[in-house]
Amino acid sequence: MKQTTEHAHAAGSKRLFMFVWMWLLAITGVEVVLAYQHLEVKLMLGLLMSLSFVKGALIISYFMHLRYEKRSLAVTLMPALVLIIILLFVFFPDSLRLYELRPR
Amino acid sequence: MASEEVMRVGGAGFEETAAESSWSGGVAPYAIGSKKLGMWLFIVSDAITFSALLIAYSYVRVASRAWPTPFLLWPSIANATVMTVVLLTSSVTMVMAVRAARLGKRPHVVRWLLATMLGGLAFVVLHAHEWSELIREGVRLFQNPWGTPLFGAAFFSLTGLHMTHVTIGVLYLGVIAAGQARGKFTSEDVEVSGLYWHFVDLVWMFIFPLVYLMSAKTI
Repeated sequence: MKQTTEHAHAAGSKRLFMFVWMWLLAITGVEVVLAYQHLEVKLMLGLLMSLSFVKGALIISYFMHLRYEKRSLAVTLMPALVLIIILLFVFFPDSLRLYELRPR
Repeated sequence: MASEEVMRVGGAGFEETAAESSWSGGVAPYAIGSKKLGMWLFIVSDAITFSALLIAYSYVRVASRAWPTPFLLWPSIANATVMTVVLLTSSVTMVMAVRAARLGKRPHVVRWLLATMLGGLAFVVLHAHEWSELIREGVRLFQNPWGTPLFGAAFFSLTGLHMTHVTIGVLYLGVIAAGQARGKFTSEDVEVSGLYWHFVDLVWMFIFPLVYLMSAKTI
């Protein structure tokens, strides 16, 4: 087992890690600049979250090298996580009700 | 390999079933050690915890009147950006520690782990300084000078839980580094601690835009 993981780890070379790191820093920079553009809140939120998901995917795939593990691990963990996070939003519409009802 | 052991224990006749059926534990379906799998399972549950907190934060923000956006570019946003860079960089040093562990270079592992801990410590110091500034400006759990009183509760609980994770991470890496220096712990132990560290980094990638950038004061 040790050998298979060692072999898999060769896929993450020093250069690749530096490359991923630079991308993460670049996206962070874009996010900060974006925060100072006068955009509509929903658009801003959508853009920032999309960029953060890209950053998260980079960290999980390369730093946590889920990409190089057996695919069964990702297939077991990720759909469950995504589904639970989606389900957590079940209460969210209620915040809009409060938004509509609040005194103006 | 675990499956070989099961086969030996099972003896003749059991061998084939054990080798073929993953349901009987005869093979390792994920091809990783149990410590690593355990850490992955913990990370998933912790990710759900943070998701719940971030969604709760967004909920009260949408539902509240006059959510404060108090963070000026200098010092707040600049400080949070530096914190992000520090945390991302500490993830790279962590990756190097794991790499050195795989290659069996223990002194290198200890050095990279210490660098990672330094990054974590810098993050906590910057964060604590920011907290003390906010508290000095009058932000409390249920009161602040700018708007809805829930701002403090949401901000402090979210960033507080994350800061606790970073602090525990620094201690965890310290234990691993000390063990590595004394010739204890395998490369898997280093890798498992790395998974935790990267996860803490990952969570910040969502706190930073949601809590700071969306609350930047644009004049």
